[in-house]
Amino acid sequence: MSIDLFDINSLLSEEEQIVRNNVSRFVDENVKPIIQDCFESHSFPKQLIQPIAELGLLGSSIEGYGCAGMNSISYGLICQELERGDSGVRSFVSVQSSLVMYPIFTFGSEEQKEEWLPKLAKAEAIGCFGLTESQGGSDPANMKTHAKKDGDDWVINGSKMWITNGSIADLALIWANTEDGIRGFLVETSTSGFTANEIDNKFSLRGIGYI
Amino acid sequence: MLPEVVGLKGPLSCLTQARYGISWGAIGAAEACLEELIEYTKTRVLFDRALDENQAIQIRLADMQRRITNAGLLSHRLGQLKDEGRMNPTQVSLAKWNNVRMALDIARDCRDMLGGSGISAEYVPIRHMLNLESVITYEGTETIHQLTVGRALTGKNAF
Repeated sequence: MSIDLFDINSLLSEEEQIVRNNVSRFVDENVKPIIQDCFESHSFPKQLIQPIAELGLLGSSIEGYGCAGMNSISYGLICQELERGDSGVRSFVSVQSSLVMYPIFTFGSEEQKEEWLPKLAKAEAIGCFGLTESQGGSDPANMKTHAKKDGDDWVINGSKMWITNGSIADLALIWANTEDGIRGFLVETSTSGFTANEIDNKFSLRGIGYI
Repeated sequence: MLPEVVGLKGPLSCLTQARYGISWGAIGAAEACLEELIEYTKTRVLFDRALDENQAIQIRLADMQRRITNAGLLSHRLGQLKDEGRMNPTQVSLAKWNNVRMALDIARDCRDMLGGSGISAEYVPIRHMLNLESVITYEGTETIHQLTVGRALTGKNAF
């Protein structure tokens, strides 16, 4: 454990300290010994996913739906301890929790929540967040991807870039223009017409995948 | 389709959640770098004494600890505000900007203080440093977060 000159630890509740210690131990025992090799070989440490789910770190702030229902300080501590191991491991959890599970919980129908949140919490499904496009970056309003209603279906056309977890995801939350404005679509990556390509030549976050 | 949100505020509200976590995460990366550097300076002997006996080294270590402590207090306060339902995007921008900049600067400085060893994957700082180049860019670049705070101060949107 790092030096804590101002005894910030004593500001934490017992529950928060337990979460921190559990994640810290997980990082020391499971992440640190392998992560440097993952970075060098540009390979995603899939063996870390299940233990992360078992610790309740996916969608940790959500109440119900098989999620841990922890507070915001606990979520922060989870991120801090995971990133003591590697920013990529923390990114994986950030995407699943804040960018996929949070919007399903906040903006989804009851049916969507029941279908996806328990699976995402258990890592039976991995999610990614498709907002950024090659021309977008800091200007996400400049979005070319569009969705059009076709009978009961939606047809989405476009491409996204820099999508963390994109190449391992089962579920993509794709943001697209519609006649009513930007909407979010839950797209199973097995849907025909969906493709994801890895960016091979990056020198950063090499333990995790980007489209 | 997610039925309950229309417009850019949907994805932006998700990013606010993620950026909150990133502000905490960066502290962990900085701690990992400093922890390893302190161990290194105990054992690396240069000019007949351990590195950590030098004032120049101690000042740089102390400065890293100062910045990590500040970031930890900032994130803890942000967490309290979030749990009270009072967190706003300007606070998140300031915390993400401050803490990721802090971590990237510390990772680079740790890499430097490890000397030639700093470019080896045997030590963690260069990996954290390279990762943090992404972290300072994704989920709102440092510049966008600065301009978000600037907008709160002036009431004028410059981007």
